[in-house]
Order: sequence, then C-alpha cells, then structure tokens
Amino acid sequence: MNSAFFALVRKDILLFLGNRRAVLMTIAAPIAIASFFGYVFGSGGGGETSRIPILIVDLDASPISRAVTANLAAEKALAVEPSTLEEAREKVRKGKASVALSIPQGFGAAASNALFRGDQKPEIGVLFDPSHAAEAGMVKGILMGSVMQAVSREAMSGAGGRASLDQSLRDIEANRDMAPADKRSLSELLGSLRRWNDYNQNRRAAGENPISAGVSIPFTTREEAVTSRQGLPYNGYAHSFAGMAVQFILFLGIDVGIGMLLLRQRGLWRRFRAAPLSRTVLLSSRATSAAAISMAILMVVFGFARVVFGVRAEGSLGGFLLICAAFSLMTASFGLLIAALGNSPETARGLSILVTLLMVMLGGAWVPAFLFPQWLQQLTLFIPTRWAVDGLDAVTWRGLGLASAIAPTAVLLGSAVLFGVVAVWRFRWEAD
Amino acid sequence: MAGSVYAGWDGIGLTAMLEVRDLRKTYGSVAAVDGVSLDAGRGEILGLLGPNGAGKTTTVSIVAGLVRADSGRVRIDGKPLAGDTDPTKRKLGLVPQDIALYDELSARDNLALFGALYGLSGATARQAIGAALELVGLADRAREKVKAYSGGMKRRLNMAAALLHDPQVLLLDEPTVGVDPQSRNAIFENLVTLRERGKTLVYTTHYMEEAERLCDRLVVIDRGKVVAAGTLQDLYRRLPASNLLAIELEHADRPLALDELGALAEVRSVARSNGVIRVGVRDLARETPAVLAWLESHGHSWRHLESERASLETVFLTLTGRSMRDS
Repeated sequence: MNSAFFALVRKDILLFLGNRRAVLMTIAAPIAIASFFGYVFGSGGGGETSRIPILIVDLDASPISRAVTANLAAEKALAVEPSTLEEAREKVRKGKASVALSIPQGFGAAASNALFRGDQKPEIGVLFDPSHAAEAGMVKGILMGSVMQAVSREAMSGAGGRASLDQSLRDIEANRDMAPADKRSLSELLGSLRRWNDYNQNRRAAGENPISAGVSIPFTTREEAVTSRQGLPYNGYAHSFAGMAVQFILFLGIDVGIGMLLLRQRGLWRRFRAAPLSRTVLLSSRATSAAAISMAILMVVFGFARVVFGVRAEGSLGGFLLICAAFSLMTASFGLLIAALGNSPETARGLSILVTLLMVMLGGAWVPAFLFPQWLQQLTLFIPTRWAVDGLDAVTWRGLGLASAIAPTAVLLGSAVLFGVVAVWRFRWEAD
Repeated sequence: MAGSVYAGWDGIGLTAMLEVRDLRKTYGSVAAVDGVSLDAGRGEILGLLGPNGAGKTTTVSIVAGLVRADSGRVRIDGKPLAGDTDPTKRKLGLVPQDIALYDELSARDNLALFGALYGLSGATARQAIGAALELVGLADRAREKVKAYSGGMKRRLNMAAALLHDPQVLLLDEPTVGVDPQSRNAIFENLVTLRERGKTLVYTTHYMEEAERLCDRLVVIDRGKVVAAGTLQDLYRRLPASNLLAIELEHADRPLALDELGALAEVRSVARSNGVIRVGVRDLARETPAVLAWLESHGHSWRHLESERASLETVFLTLTGRSMRDS
C-alpha cells in the first residue's frame, strides 16, 4: 500500500508546513538562541574576552604594595579597582566583584624580609565569591607572580630592599645556631646582592635606570586553540548550533507523539484503523515524515550557521549528514515512544518535556559535557543526545573525519531501534 | 463462503451484507457489549438505537475491526474480517462520531488522503472525490480549508470521507450530533440516496425521531444487550397500548398510587415523569373517562391533558422501565 504510505507522509509534511507559526518557531528559535549562545560563549572571532573584576585594598601603601597593584592592573585578564576593606567585602558579597585582595600594613617590609629568611611571612587577604571559585584560583596565580616580581625588584634596587638585606646580614652574623661555613656562604650571597643594590641605587641617583628589574617569571606561553586545522580559530557557533538544533528537534519529536495521541481524541485514529492498512504503514509513515522534517530543519539551521557564522563541516560532510540522519530517525522513534507510552496528550506533554529537557541538558546542548562531574560525564554516555552533540562537534569545528561519526551514528541508530521496538510493543492499536 | 439467509423486514429472503452474532466485549467488570446479534441487508438502513453508553459505538467498533471482541462473530458479505489489511475492509465505510478531519487541510486534500488509505490514486481518486463531494453538496467548497466550514458542512464532509472507496456497508456512528436541522435533512437525503443505490447502512443514534424517520429496521440496545429488534411496526406491536394519555397534574408533588392506577382494566401501562403521568390505553374515546374518574376520586386534579401516539420512547420505556432521555 505505497499510495497510503506516501499519502500519510505527505499529509504530515503539509500539516507541518501549513502551520507557519510552528515552522517559524522550529527553525527561528534554534537559530536565534544558538546565535546568542555562540556569541556569549566565545566565537573565537577576536571578540574581547570579559575581564575578572577584582578589588585591591592597599593598607600598606609601600613601594612593593603599589608595584603589586600596578602589576595586577597590567594583566589583561583582570579589571582592577582600588577599594576599602568594608566596601570590598560588600561588593564581593553582592556579586559585583569576584575577588578582593587585601594587602596589610607593613606588607612590603615583611615580604622583603621573608624573601630570604622564609619566616614571618605577611598575609594577603583574599575575599572571593564562592560561585566564582575558579576565578579566585586564577587571581591567586597572577598575584603570586606579581608579588615575586615586585619584592625581588625591591631587593635588588630599592631602599627598602637594602635595609632588609642589612638586617638579614646582621641576623646571620648574630645567629649562633648556624654553622660557620653556612654563615659565610649566605653572607657572601646577600653581600653580593647588597652591592648590586648599591650599584643600582647609585645609577638611579645619577638619573639612570637601574639595570635589574628583579626576578621575572622565566617563561612565556604561546597559546593555540586546537581546531580542525592550524590557524583556524575556534567557532563557538558550531557547538551552540548543534546543541540548539538537537533541542528543538527533540521538541518536534514531542509534537509528533502528542499529535498521534490527538489522533485518537479527534477520531482520526478510528478512520485509519478502519482502513486496510498494516500497523507498519501507520507507524512507519509517521516516523518517516518526522525524520524527513527533522532532517530538513537540521539542514536549514546549519545552512544558516554556515552562511552567517561560517560554521562548516570541517571534518567530514558525509559524517555530518550521517549523524543528522541518525538523529532525525532517533527523534522520530522518540515521538512514537511518547505516543505509545502516553495515556493522553495532556499527561504525555508534561512528562515528555521533562525527559527532553533532561536529555538536552545531560547531552551537553546547553553547556559542554566536560564541565559536568566525572560520574555525570560517564552517565551521559547513555544519553543519545550527548552522542549527537559530540558527534556534530567532532565533524564540524573539531575537523575530525568520517570515522569520528561512526560511533555517534551507531548509538543514535541503536537508540532509534530501541525506542521504536518499545513503541511498537506498547502501542495501543485498538481505537478508544 | 455463502452469506446466511436474512429475513428482511418485508419477509423476503435476502443475503445479509452484515451479520453479527453474539458479540461480547467487557472492560474490566463492565460488559460494554453483551451478546449483541444483528443482520443488515442490501438497500437497508438498520438503526442501532440506544441511550449514550448503551454499547452502540463499541458494537460498531467491533464490526469495523477497531476493537477486538471477547467472543462472537462478524461477517461482511459472508466473510469474517481477518487482520488489519484484510481486503474485506474495503467493503466497509466508517463515519466516526467525531469529526475526523484535518482542519488545516482543504476538503479535497482530506479526501485525497482518506481515499489513498484505500489505495485510490490518480484519476480514480479524483473521480471518487468529485462524486463524494457532489453527493454531500460541497463540490463548490472543495478547495477551502475545513476549518472554514460550518459544523454541518464538516459533518457532511465527514460522511463523504467514508464513501470514497464505494463501500457496500456504511457504518454511521451518530453522524448528526450537533448539526442544524438543515444539514441534518441534507444528510438524511444523502443516506436515502445511498440506500437507493443498494448500500447497507448501519445508523447508530440516540435520537428516536431520527430512527423513526430514517430506519427500515431497528435494533434497540440498552446496557450492552439487544432489548428489541424489528421494523417500527414490529416494535409498536410489542406495546401494550397504542395510545398514550399525557396528564399534567395540578399538584405534581402529591403522592400517587401508580400501581392502583395501573391495575385498572382500561390501563395498559403507566409511568410518571416530572409531574406528568403517561397512561397507555387502547381506545382513547372509551377508556379516557375511566382514567380521569380515578384521578378525581383519588383527589388529583389536572391542568392539562393530551393524547400521544406511541413512539420509540414509549417502546424503550416499556422494554426497560426507563426513559431513554433519562438514561
């Protein structure tokens, strides 16, 4: 009964296209949200990265504390603002700043002394917003480099540093617990630093720049985002379009299921069952139309992403099409499953939306799955949407080849079969 | 297998197009259909009459192959339905109680779809669609979306959708629910035309006036069981009285000894409903005075009196002890 099969498929497509609002929502909504997410989560297109807002409470006002503040302010990743302690605490509490650093009085002198002797280290207070703990860790790393640079520079060229060296030399001389050989070696090292400090101070007095700027971090980094090929920046739109397309096509799957339940309410199911049609024709025609519509939406949405945001199947166009087709079939089966398990459109709608949102979230459509805890990442391997999103990522911006599409395609087709078998098993064939 | 011999209302031996024997279907502990048997021949409109929930739709669903009976037998032109794709299904056309159409599609697209379910395509389908639309008077509105149709037009199109494959047996499940009198008349005219073409029509309804007006024979169902079957005259003959006196009492709430009234020799039946007592008598002129005298002697004055011919409502009341409207 080919004519019945194609007539049923044609009917579904006509109904879908006839509802312009639904078409617009199904296509425009993922495009709009994916465009927004792609922009927000970094397109890699040279957009300015947001800075971490931090507050500095400088209670010391020494050359070292001022140098530390200046070093932090020079960091591209930070937006530094001076503050009082009370104001800093209040702003962090309200979430207006991620981190506040409180440099205590006497920090400069104490830090210089502690540089060589290691005792009585001064303490910098770090107030941070617990919801931005990762940013606090990053700020502490930058702070460490800034302090080391400022303190060592003072030791080698500043008056405070020279006083600290003198004090250290006197302490070594007075220390009775230290072996004479150790005393001699350490005194020679500090004495050399003392002379180096004098030399730099004399140059400064003569109007020349000191030669040493202190200890500096002995390396730089060269960063490269590893994408499909060298020199090609990461396109964040690829992931966001994959995620949003997956989400909205699953919503379409819900519509398929609810639509089949509505057939019963509207008496159409009676008409279909009265005709000499096999169950295979009735269900496969709906699955075919749903898969065809899903595939078409994926093509339109990714077509838009390609034209407007340059998202391409950098790895394998064939793999991309395979994953899209497998996901479309899975969506169709998902719709049939809803129709089979739902008692009524009303009860099925709420539950299927919940399941869909869980699948979308755990599938990494909203945020990448690597941000999840390890156990959850393992769990999401059982969620077909995870394979769809990861698979689309692989063949688009990661630039992986056809082989990378095999596993996602297999999992999605396996899910489609599983959903389909359960749907056929549990489907209520009798008319109400 | 040859069809069984069916004794039609006119007593002429005919081959039954539809033969139903001892159907039973229960849902949990409720017997929706409890031993229903019926026959319908060519060129006949068989009415399936009963109150809502009587089991009419379940019976039709079993006949159409939508619901599996627990036991019993259905034969269409002598053949049982065997499976979803049994070609015998082509001999059946179902007009569901709901308006089973796609509002968002045009009438023509709807009919093209429903025709395709029976394998119609191309010129054959176009011809069938044209003929069906012509029959129900919607040929000039064929390209409009169904959502623009009135309720009556939708009902007519709902019927047309079941005619495309030219079925021999048409199952109509309450096809006039909610339609205006004009559309109802139009549907009736269509059904009469189909009967004249030799089709077998099974018409379920709870409207007694429709059944009286349209059906050649009637099967009265209540609580899943057939309580009576035959022509209208057959059913009337089962009544103890051919006339009814409807007497509206002055004091509706005053107790009345119905048993005592019913025991009068002149009274064949008696029932009371909403302050009106209906008394069945054979001879209005001779037996009415005795009834009125009994009322007067028992202190019941009346404000209005009218006589009624016996109707299907009377039949149902007599057979079940309940009014169909109250069921």
